[in-house]
Amino acid sequence: MTDKRKLLILAIVVIALIAVFMTIHSYGNWDYILPRRSKKIAAMLLTGMAISVSTVVFQTLTNNKILTPSLIGLDSLYLLLQTAIVFMLGADTLTAMSKNVQFFLSAAVMIPFCGVLYKLLFLRKDGRAIYFLLLVGIICGSFFSSISSFLQMLLDPNEFLVVQDKMFASFNNVNSEVMVLATAIAVLSALYFCKDLKYLDVMALGREHAVNLGVPYDRITKRLLVFVALLVSVSTALVGPITFLGFLVSNVAYRLMSSFRSAVVLPAASLISFAALIGGQLIAERVFTFSTSLSVILNFAGGLYFLYLLLKEERT
Amino acid sequence: MKLRYLFPVLLILSFTSLFVGVSDIRPWELFQLTEDQAEIMRISRIPRLISIIIAGVGMSVIGLIMQQLTRNKFVSPTTAGTTDSASLGVLMAMIIIPGASPLVKIVIAFAFAMAGTLVMIRIMERLRYRDPILVALVGLMFGSIVGSATTFLALKYNLMQSVGSWLNGDFSSILKGRYEMLYISIPLILLAYLFADRFTIAGMGESFAVNLGLNYRQVMRIGLAIVALVSAVILLTVGSLPFLGLIIPNLVSLYKGDHLRSSLAHTALLGAIFVLGCDILGRIVIYPFEVPIGLVVGVLGSGIFLYLLLRRRAAHD
Amino acid sequence: MIEVRGLSKRYGGGQGIHDISLTIAKGAVTSFIGPNGAGKSTLLSLISRLIPMDEGQVQIAGADVSKADSRGLARVISILKQSNQLNVKLKVGELVEFGRFPHSSGRLSAEDHRSVDEAIRYMELEELRGKFIDQLSGGQRQRAFIAMVLAQDTDYILLDEPLNNLDLKHSVQMMKVLRRLTDELGKTIVLVLHDINFAAAYSDSIVALKEGRVIRHGSVDDMMDPVVLKEIYDIDIPVHNVDGRKVCLYFR
Repeated sequence: MTDKRKLLILAIVVIALIAVFMTIHSYGNWDYILPRRSKKIAAMLLTGMAISVSTVVFQTLTNNKILTPSLIGLDSLYLLLQTAIVFMLGADTLTAMSKNVQFFLSAAVMIPFCGVLYKLLFLRKDGRAIYFLLLVGIICGSFFSSISSFLQMLLDPNEFLVVQDKMFASFNNVNSEVMVLATAIAVLSALYFCKDLKYLDVMALGREHAVNLGVPYDRITKRLLVFVALLVSVSTALVGPITFLGFLVSNVAYRLMSSFRSAVVLPAASLISFAALIGGQLIAERVFTFSTSLSVILNFAGGLYFLYLLLKEERT
Repeated sequence: MKLRYLFPVLLILSFTSLFVGVSDIRPWELFQLTEDQAEIMRISRIPRLISIIIAGVGMSVIGLIMQQLTRNKFVSPTTAGTTDSASLGVLMAMIIIPGASPLVKIVIAFAFAMAGTLVMIRIMERLRYRDPILVALVGLMFGSIVGSATTFLALKYNLMQSVGSWLNGDFSSILKGRYEMLYISIPLILLAYLFADRFTIAGMGESFAVNLGLNYRQVMRIGLAIVALVSAVILLTVGSLPFLGLIIPNLVSLYKGDHLRSSLAHTALLGAIFVLGCDILGRIVIYPFEVPIGLVVGVLGSGIFLYLLLRRRAAHD
Repeated sequence: MIEVRGLSKRYGGGQGIHDISLTIAKGAVTSFIGPNGAGKSTLLSLISRLIPMDEGQVQIAGADVSKADSRGLARVISILKQSNQLNVKLKVGELVEFGRFPHSSGRLSAEDHRSVDEAIRYMELEELRGKFIDQLSGGQRQRAFIAMVLAQDTDYILLDEPLNNLDLKHSVQMMKVLRRLTDELGKTIVLVLHDINFAAAYSDSIVALKEGRVIRHGSVDDMMDPVVLKEIYDIDIPVHNVDGRKVCLYFR
């Protein structure tokens, strides 16, 4: 099968899933259901796209297929922010706080954090600094988590439940204004950075080959990392952390497609993530009847796949 | 730094530790303690001191063993899935056998920690020739996968907050009768000392070890069993002490080199000193309240680790 | 012409290269020789902007390497290092096509395809064209990477130990190809070689490095001299005349 046909089939699957998702158990309440469900679908499409594009770009830059950009500590930072709000201002404040304010607050904390982290990378001239950057990010991440878990211990159980809700990505109450805002940020940054994406295939050969072929490697790496950070921040601020989705879909895409070219892999990974999110949400809603959150299912599936790949592959 | 400097520091800190706390006990009263004061010493202060020293020594030593066996300076029980697996085990024990005795919990936690570490070692063997930082990152991802399984279960059984609280290291709940399990780690640490040379050789790789006539598999298993058991015991009595197993061995290897036999004693002592120092700090910083040791160690540890990293890079360029 | 002036790059422990000045002639084959750790690869990487220099200047055909546009440079000079591990699953043909990136930015014209075909023919890779790189033997892989560099079609070609992984037959073939590129197409080729005899048989001039400095630079005849070789390698290497060529017997 050619890659084109595979992409077509994936697209059909996604459309079918969307159709099922929109119409299942409707009981004729169209006026109520359609706007609600289309908002969810929109959020899933945006998040799915942001996560898969950021992961594929990130894996190309780091020259391996087993890392995800959420490793750099953004998830923990997001959670620390939510915990800190509850701790200092109370659970009511977090619940009552306008979604716009929350989105901005999260983005306003996460993006500068990436800026500081990348500053470390900008200081160095060699591209190898990227693993180092990751390690620093993770250390910061675990620093944030120790503070959050300390704060969480001090919360009373009801307040803790509010924080606990925030620990897992959820598409159930996405605000439409925030949606528009997040989409705008994602689209604008995609437009701004799309001219750098054409270098992606050559950069997959590694730094030396890319430099030899005339790619301004270090500059493009830094620019694309900013792009990755923007996408991850937007999707986390919108729905919450989904750590392993990116890893899952990018690797399924690499395996499924015979071409390595980003023009094929990027759409493939995006389509797979749409299918995973919508399908996963269907399962979470209809099979587990909302008792288990989607991100827990995806994290678990992604984690198992990660282990499978590392243990079964001849060479990784 | 010499051992003869480390010992007095440890003694001074230990002595200090005994006299920091909400109920006033002055050092000069040591030989004329009132009934109550003696009681506090016996039930709380001395057990706390002992458990701090054992936990500090234990975590640092098993961190060092893990780094030797994997030949990777960025690997430690808390960053490569051992502690995460152990806590998954504790949670399983809580769910399957409600009201399980501590001993049962330890056994189950140990089994999980051992299994998790074995899986991690297998993954690392496949990545042997890759960048050590990448290997460490993979270890962290592995840890967070196990962690997500724990989260999933804790969520399902409504145990999230309690998991969070016993995972965060805390010495304030150490009382007589609740810490004695820690003694299990003492013979294990001694065993580690006996096996030191063999761990160093095993770390060089299977072919190297076999060439020197070493039973590679067996040494590996013994090393990992020590790591898993000590992790499980410390997790259950004290909680998680992040970064300890990472930074102490790295600090020691800066001035002492990498031969396990000569660095083991330093690592043990420095680990105890570090945890004691953190504990005293945590007790006086917001006196009369206490900052849990997990947080102090986490904050100081991540700072020191970042410093080590930046230093290492500076030396490379 | 490649002009190197006052070039320095320092690494920890006194390693690196120190104040090298050197002129490499156009349209000739130049080989770098010297003991391990002499700085041969570092020098090659500095000339080709793979690593930034600490001090000095490199000019290639009049363009300053550290200031010139990277993409423009990629049409003038190409470099292939020794370790070529790929993380992507790629066919030989696809790899060679990457050589055209500086000319086409990914969209290949008819002329680009012609260059790719030619490079594949030059390296005798026609039958392997549809195979994945990771299915090839070390030697085949080496030839595929060199084909990519040939497709890049630059006037200056820098190769770091191109004979690595090649058996005798393919080593000789490789050197003959390089010689032909210079003789027929006027390319300038710079090589790092370990085997002095290969260097002597195919080069126009030889540059000897030691401890980060150029200690000798001369024609093959000048360099194939026991006194010079002793200075470079610190061992006695007898030089014999075989069929009018100078050959080193460094085996015992």
